[in-house]
Amino acid sequence: MKDDVESREDRVGKLKGLGCSRKRVEDARFTQGKGNYVDDIKLDGMLFGDFVRSPYAHAKVVSINTEEALKVPGVLAVLTAKDLEPLGLHWMPTLAGDKQMVLADGKVLFQGQEVAFVVAEDRYAAADGIEAVEVEYEELPVLVNPFEALKSDVVLREDTVDENGAPKDGAHGPRKHHNHIFTWEAGDRETTEQVIGEAEVVATSDMYYHRTHPCPLETCGCVASMDKVNGKLTLWGTFQAPHAIRTVVSLISGIEEHNIRVISPDIGGGFGNKVGAYPGYVCSVVASIVTGKPVKWIEDRMDNLMTTAFARDYHMTGRISATKEGKITGLHCHVTADHGGFDACADPTKFPAGFMNICTGSYDIPTAYLEVEGVYTNKAPGGVSYRCSFRVTEAVYFIERMIEVLAIKLNMDAAELRRINFIRKEQFPYKAALGWEYDSGDYHTAWDKALKTVDYEGLRAEQAQRVEDFKAGKTRKLMGIGLSFFTEIVGAGPVKNCDILGLGMFDSCEIRIHPTGSAIARLGTISQGQGHATTFAQILASEIGLPADSITIEEGDTDTAPYGLGTYGSRSTPVAGAATALAGRKIRAKAQMIAAYLLEVHDDDVEFDVDRFVVKGAPERFKTMKEIAFAAYNQAIPGIEPGLEAVSYYDPPNMTYPFGAYVCVMDIDVDTGVPEIRRFYALDDCGTRINPMIIEGQVHGGLTEALAVALGQEIAYDDMGNVKTGTLMDFFLPTAWEVPNYETDHTVTPSPHHPIGAKGVGESPHVGGVPCFSNAVQDAFRAFGNVHTNMPHDHWRIWKTAHELGLHG
Amino acid sequence: MIPASFEYYRPKDIAGVLALLRDHGDDARVMAGGHSLIPMMKLRMAEVPHLIDLQDVAGLGGIEVGESSIRLGAMVTQTEIIGHDGLAQAAPILREAALQIADPQVRNMGTVGGNVANGDPGNDMPGLMQCLDAVFTLVGQDGERQVAAREFYDAAYMTAREDDEVLTAVTIPLPKGGHAYEKQKRKIGDYATAAAAVQITREGGSCTAASIAMTNLSDTPVFCEEAGAALVGTSVDTAALDAAVAAMQAAIDPSEDNRGPVEFKRHVAGVILRRAIERAWSRA
Ligand SMILES: Cc1cc2nc3c(=O)[nH]c(=O)nc-3n(C[C@H](O)[C@H](O)[C@H](O)COP(=O)(O)OP(=O)(O)OC[C@H]3O[C@@H](n4cnc5c(N)ncnc54)[C@H](O)[C@@H]3O)c2cc1C
Repeated sequence: MKDDVESREDRVGKLKGLGCSRKRVEDARFTQGKGNYVDDIKLDGMLFGDFVRSPYAHAKVVSINTEEALKVPGVLAVLTAKDLEPLGLHWMPTLAGDKQMVLADGKVLFQGQEVAFVVAEDRYAAADGIEAVEVEYEELPVLVNPFEALKSDVVLREDTVDENGAPKDGAHGPRKHHNHIFTWEAGDRETTEQVIGEAEVVATSDMYYHRTHPCPLETCGCVASMDKVNGKLTLWGTFQAPHAIRTVVSLISGIEEHNIRVISPDIGGGFGNKVGAYPGYVCSVVASIVTGKPVKWIEDRMDNLMTTAFARDYHMTGRISATKEGKITGLHCHVTADHGGFDACADPTKFPAGFMNICTGSYDIPTAYLEVEGVYTNKAPGGVSYRCSFRVTEAVYFIERMIEVLAIKLNMDAAELRRINFIRKEQFPYKAALGWEYDSGDYHTAWDKALKTVDYEGLRAEQAQRVEDFKAGKTRKLMGIGLSFFTEIVGAGPVKNCDILGLGMFDSCEIRIHPTGSAIARLGTISQGQGHATTFAQILASEIGLPADSITIEEGDTDTAPYGLGTYGSRSTPVAGAATALAGRKIRAKAQMIAAYLLEVHDDDVEFDVDRFVVKGAPERFKTMKEIAFAAYNQAIPGIEPGLEAVSYYDPPNMTYPFGAYVCVMDIDVDTGVPEIRRFYALDDCGTRINPMIIEGQVHGGLTEALAVALGQEIAYDDMGNVKTGTLMDFFLPTAWEVPNYETDHTVTPSPHHPIGAKGVGESPHVGGVPCFSNAVQDAFRAFGNVHTNMPHDHWRIWKTAHELGLHG
Repeated sequence: MIPASFEYYRPKDIAGVLALLRDHGDDARVMAGGHSLIPMMKLRMAEVPHLIDLQDVAGLGGIEVGESSIRLGAMVTQTEIIGHDGLAQAAPILREAALQIADPQVRNMGTVGGNVANGDPGNDMPGLMQCLDAVFTLVGQDGERQVAAREFYDAAYMTAREDDEVLTAVTIPLPKGGHAYEKQKRKIGDYATAAAAVQITREGGSCTAASIAMTNLSDTPVFCEEAGAALVGTSVDTAALDAAVAAMQAAIDPSEDNRGPVEFKRHVAGVILRRAIERAWSRA
């Protein structure tokens, strides 16, 4: 008999498994400045590469003279497209099926485009070398407006037309104009037109979701090191998808994949910015091959803002129809999408506009149609999902604005309009008009809880009084109540319809249990601050009964980790988290056999209990997982291989659909345009909650980025294609000062198809937050006739709204 | 964002600074806190082959609150201004304004001398010093001279200071009455969309003197003598406020930038000034 005084509860507590607000294991090193980011990597003889960039948005490159640059002390080489062309590397494929110039091939298409790569002994010499490169440009007409681009004779990309100047087919079908990239449709156009045409009430709105940028604290960069002795290329970088990068590098360089090792070290935030492949990676690899030395490339802040992956830039036109009582009958959405000079969106191959077809939102809309047209302009390429699953932020912003616009048309309360149109609990799994099957949801419960917590009716009464006071001249501040109810679509995704460059979007986990009862698990994902080392250990702890503190989580080294598609689109928990749980269950299945052998009973006569297997009906007879682990390595067990390891590759059967209900209360100074956020309430339902503290942190971060985007964060261009917001003075990155106190709350509706019921949360607050902040601003002016104004709601645009409504007297 | 290479000097006294300035002429520049200069160098908008750091130069520090005036050494930091209680008593507008400049990290480095010498229309202290009628002490090859803040600014980055002169101190007559520094900005660390410095005195219900200067609404700070005059002799009622605002709006010349177009800035300048006057008046 064993002496076991621990209660079951104590044993559960010790594991720090699912549901525990375990402190982040990453933080010890980050808070002490001991993280290991790519710019911390220093190798013997390492060189530094940096770009000569175009000052023009559209120009012919007449000549590049590198003579003076090569005389600068410390400068070793200057690469141009001519040097890359023999290797076939002057262009590279993008994730969207397009191709992109690595270095300017005869022309430039956006300001800041990479023109030449200066390789030097250090970054100071590289900077001096850049100054000394002489480039002669011949300016060409600039197109910064996609509507004009679609009408213009100016051909931005010569590779889009045949010898007669007629547009050639693109990666996603026929082009209707040389600056047109694709048209993508979902839903039923005819029926939608018919329903809207015959509807009792139709509301319409044009909205521009401005171009912005994920702006991670750490910019993009890499270190490439080609070992000419063993033929191995090692590439460290800020990669959100290291395995996919390895495959891409192999495909474009011809180096066999086993000779490439990609390592993502600590990453200081990604938010989509670090998914794609950038010219800096290619040039560093080539420079390392040419010089035989390691080469580092690190963007500065301006490079990052001006040239690497932007987000949004969607011009959206909506029509929504309803009965007089407010029951929605149809939705029509047209998008003109500005993709910049190259289509470098990071979407699954079959979805050139991402999951924009989630734009029917949380509502039971029987008929809908979506059409997205991608267009080339003289702006930087990108179109990534900034803290959202593919284009979901755009979709949710669209529908949450359309609901508000419809409420105005119906003269109805916007909360009530949402309530009567929500998909009902019993309708799940719900097949939406634009194709998706929502796995689960309980929207009414979440909505009622949110409205009750904030005393919605009280707020509306207060707002009505404020309007009276304003009209009576007693105050110059208006009050806005922002509502949003969002449904995310995350966890891409089922291999049958989700791939990137032909790579199925599964993910993976490999576990090794050590003899003394600790473990290491490796995943195909990579944390950029999400706390994977903390939460994945918790999933495993609950599955295999070893304490989370005894489990190391490792990601990001393609030589050791199993293949996976990386971290973005809130996919890590839905996909790799599922793989982790399932690999854990394989471990447990083997442990069960070992336990049964040790306890001298049949396999079916033992059952798992927290951290052990017990003989059914005899709880005093058990073997702990620690004991079982040891036995796996020191006993010859008939019919069972030694060791305790498992690997699982998980192909999700469906996406997961987290949702949430947000309310923002804002006071707006009508005379200065300054908004003040009085209250922000966020209810998130991400299914099973792995670590509530980390969820709260994710929500705070996502809301803060939502606030940024809604209230001022923008990549703006002038008519000449110059970036007007290339530094943090003008690109709005909120500080603690601008950020309100967030109240977080939750309901739990587990995903029915996910092994632990988890849905992913990292992006929900951003997706739901942007419309919530925006709706608050717009709602403040509803009583004075505002229907829609575009973001970002910075001071002057809010002021302009007030001004145009005649509120300045 | 890497500056071109430069020689770095750290002289111990003003004579050493002046000698370097004489030897290197246009190629030399002094650096105080570096928080305006270094960003310009990194953007390669300023090329400074010879950089003279003032940190070790004797006699450039110190806050002295005298009977009738205050002397701030050029190297006094914004943080020191905020932390000095005697100063906060004698001229509370300095603390109120300094707290609205940038963030604590910048304020730990940024100096009053650098802020007023820089000549950037976005800097807050030039307008503040015009409102307070401060005088700048400049030391050059030919000795020392005094220039009033109200005479100092010619255009953006163009001031009355000669290239080879060093600004050593700022002297401020003890301010009287109520004060306010009102600033609208987009976020912490941003320069003003519009800012107003107001110092006002009253006797009974009537305004006896008012000094007003505006920031970031022209290519120089704008001392609005007529706006102040519009308040004198009034009870600072709506009509007086309107007159002051109108006089100020006639004096400013804002330009469009990412903060907004001219029309918006003019309007906000009026709102900000009105609020500043009201607050200063309530404290007078
Ligand atoms: C993020 C950020 C936000 C900021 N926000 C604001 C703001 O809101 N309001 C504001 O007012 N400022 C702001 N600043 C500027 C900051 O206050 C600067 O520190 C200040 O303007 C310059 O002071 P400095 O001591 O750093 O001068 P430096 O940068 O060292 O010098 C500035 C210029 O003045 C010259 N100079 C300096 N000292 C002397 C001297 N004694 N004699 C002659 N010439 C001299 C230098 O040669 C240089 O040309 C901000 C700065 C940053 C980085």
